[in-house]
Amino acid sequence: MKKFDKERVLLGLAAPVLAVVGALIVTALVLVATGKQPFDAFHVMITYGTKSDSQVYILNKATTYYLAGLAVAVGFRMNLFNIGVDGQYRLAAFFAAAVGGALSIPGVIEIPVIILTAMVVGAVWAAIAGVLKVTRGVSEVISTIMLNSIAGIVIGYFLQDGRLGVLDKNANMVSTKPLPSSSHLFNFQTSTDPVVGFIVIAALAGVVYWFGLSRTRFGFDLRAVGRSQSAAEASGVSVKRMVVTSMLISGAMAGLVGMPTLLNQSYDYGTDFPVGIGFTGIAVALLGRNNPIGVAVGALLWAFLERASNGLEFEGYDKEIVGVIQGVIVLAVVIAYELVRRYGLTRQQRQVGAELAAAGSDDKKEVTA
Amino acid sequence: MHSGTVHALVGENGAGKSTLMKILYGMQKPDEGTIAIHGDKAVFHDPGDAIARGIGMVHQHFMLADNLTVLENVVLGSEKLYGIGGRARAKIREISDAYGLGVRPDVLVEDLGVADRQRVEILKVLYRGARILILDEPTAVLVPQEVDALFDNLRGLKSEGLTVIFISHKLGEVLSVADEITVIRRGTTVGEVDPKHTTTKQLAELMVGSELPSPETRESTVTTEPMLAVDGLRLAVVDAEGIERKVLDDISFTIHKGEVLGIAGVEGNGQAELVEAIMGMRVPDAGALALDGADISHAPTRRRREDGIGYIPEDRHRHGLLLEAPLWENRILGHVTERPNSRGFLIDSGGARRDTERIVEEFDVRTPGIEVTAASLSGGNQQKLIVGREMSHLPKLLIAAHPTRGVDVGAQAQIWDQIRDARREGLAVLLISADLDELIGLSDTLRVMYRGRLVADADPATITPEQLGSAMTGAASGHLAENTEQPGGED
Repeated sequence: MKKFDKERVLLGLAAPVLAVVGALIVTALVLVATGKQPFDAFHVMITYGTKSDSQVYILNKATTYYLAGLAVAVGFRMNLFNIGVDGQYRLAAFFAAAVGGALSIPGVIEIPVIILTAMVVGAVWAAIAGVLKVTRGVSEVISTIMLNSIAGIVIGYFLQDGRLGVLDKNANMVSTKPLPSSSHLFNFQTSTDPVVGFIVIAALAGVVYWFGLSRTRFGFDLRAVGRSQSAAEASGVSVKRMVVTSMLISGAMAGLVGMPTLLNQSYDYGTDFPVGIGFTGIAVALLGRNNPIGVAVGALLWAFLERASNGLEFEGYDKEIVGVIQGVIVLAVVIAYELVRRYGLTRQQRQVGAELAAAGSDDKKEVTA
Repeated sequence: MHSGTVHALVGENGAGKSTLMKILYGMQKPDEGTIAIHGDKAVFHDPGDAIARGIGMVHQHFMLADNLTVLENVVLGSEKLYGIGGRARAKIREISDAYGLGVRPDVLVEDLGVADRQRVEILKVLYRGARILILDEPTAVLVPQEVDALFDNLRGLKSEGLTVIFISHKLGEVLSVADEITVIRRGTTVGEVDPKHTTTKQLAELMVGSELPSPETRESTVTTEPMLAVDGLRLAVVDAEGIERKVLDDISFTIHKGEVLGIAGVEGNGQAELVEAIMGMRVPDAGALALDGADISHAPTRRRREDGIGYIPEDRHRHGLLLEAPLWENRILGHVTERPNSRGFLIDSGGARRDTERIVEEFDVRTPGIEVTAASLSGGNQQKLIVGREMSHLPKLLIAAHPTRGVDVGAQAQIWDQIRDARREGLAVLLISADLDELIGLSDTLRVMYRGRLVADADPATITPEQLGSAMTGAASGHLAENTEQPGGED
């Protein structure tokens, strides 16, 4: 069966490792330039970032980032740049929270209803960009960016006292009606804070992503479009339908992004609901090469860096240094992948040439003998 | 090779011709060995170095900007040489006259035919001061008359002391134009021959170590049962300037079981659009298609493929392969709903891998394994994989667009054999080719396509490539063998 090519695995790991190492070097230079000790800063990051309460924080954050990464990765696999994950998950979480707050049915039914609502809202919001692309030729990059801000406005409109929002007079904050306690998802208790139960669903989503893309006919078609639209079209894939379908899937996945926060932590959608996770998802998907395990590693790394930035602040470093690391990682990842990809291609071409030449000279011996 | 000669380089696919040329042109670095020009050792790091040393390359696919004039195309990238105005124009005229190229500097490239574009490419290279010209399969897109004109140009260049390296698969042409021939096989030189004392047969045997194949079909297997009926197909496209152009104009024909219908024509006369309309990749404005009696005018591409249309595309990189995917995934492409590639909704990677091994074995695809990417195979081996894939699903109708383009004589024979064998079993074939010998040799019926219309038909048993060539340029129409004018296009 499949031969285990050690060099190929090494090549696969080379890009992210190169990117992270490159980012560390650049960060070290920045620290030195600002008159700080780079190794001390890294030491602070590692010790703080691995403390037990940090571990819980990282797992919880990474759950959210992982789902966002998968949502972006679905689009990437067929060369669609879904920047709109941000708007999709916020709108999805908002309406899911509103539905959840309005219902009071047993949790076993209500939790799936909330999750389903989120997935449908996310999918519909993403599909708008997909339909615009196939019918009017609008680039999904442009339309999803605009849909992000429209999503923000829509939420702003409904999230007011008297509409779908409820004013909390003490905190002077508006949020949706809280979910009934029966609809709180289970948590894993630890010695410090609990780990969100939604991590199980996130892992499941990863498995579904892997299986759907690499083991099914549909996944093959989707990847074919990503590799060559013209060849996929000739092979019988309806590229237009595939664009809309994959936007639907990407949006549905994006709908899950807000769920760990909603079902395990906040239990409502308020003005303090986390924003910007969709953009983190792009970085995480890039870092993880759209591979379900790679995206998980990327999500954990991102969460770790964020946590570590708090530690830096306590020790008197600028926490923005972590922003520099993250930014450089994304840049380095893009460059490193392209380098490794090109190297891999030429290397393989040379290998094929060499093996055929060897086979050829064997033939010649037979002929002359 | 010597100054003032035409030196031909022939060899099988994957023999290393392209690689050698890439090294000469500085696009790839050699592991060892040296290049010497006029006795000096030369090392090229990029095409710029090669150009500086007087080596110029005319690629198989033209690299011209359609919406610029000839002058603008020629000066593009070398504005420093003679400026971009009158001096450059004068220089272009001078070169054109010196070598009899007949290039007009102020014409838009999009208004030029294929042969003229090729002359612009040659001029572009000469303008940059090249003394050694590399021509990569220059005759692939030309009709016989144009080939003769090109060869006259090459002789002109030669008499001025320039050296031409000529790469081709067409051995007859090589023998007629070359002064020296180098044959390479599997990466090494296997012989240098003198064209004056060699026949195409000997040359081919040297190339592959086997007999020269001929495309001739022996006995007719044409039946009376129609397999594909095309009726009144029309397609108009609006180009960038908003002008509507008819690319398919009332195309009607029928291919019967066991019949090979060949379509001759200079590229860009609607053949590609015809193929895409039959495959369902383009929606025609009018017309009906029926496959084996069933109407498929509105069926999606996948349905048509499942119903038994096999497709060997003209541009295998664009339409036939996923270059960065492994071979076994490429084996699935186009047949993802069929066994052994899938079971129900799941991909059967084991079945697909085993069947890829079989194709590699049976169709002699030269590869170290089925996990390598399609991009790492040479063009001919990629083509063999595609032919193997399409034939494995026992098609009822095979659309073969340039099935042996860029394929060496050995593989060519194999592909021809495959088509012939399947034809005997009742396969209908729509053959589109620029190789007139192939068209005449394989087809049972011939049609000529010109400006979106089927303007002429011919009997392959009596027609000559020259007659066919003149019909392809629009000079003749009707039934070609009898010289009587009659409207073409119907059965």
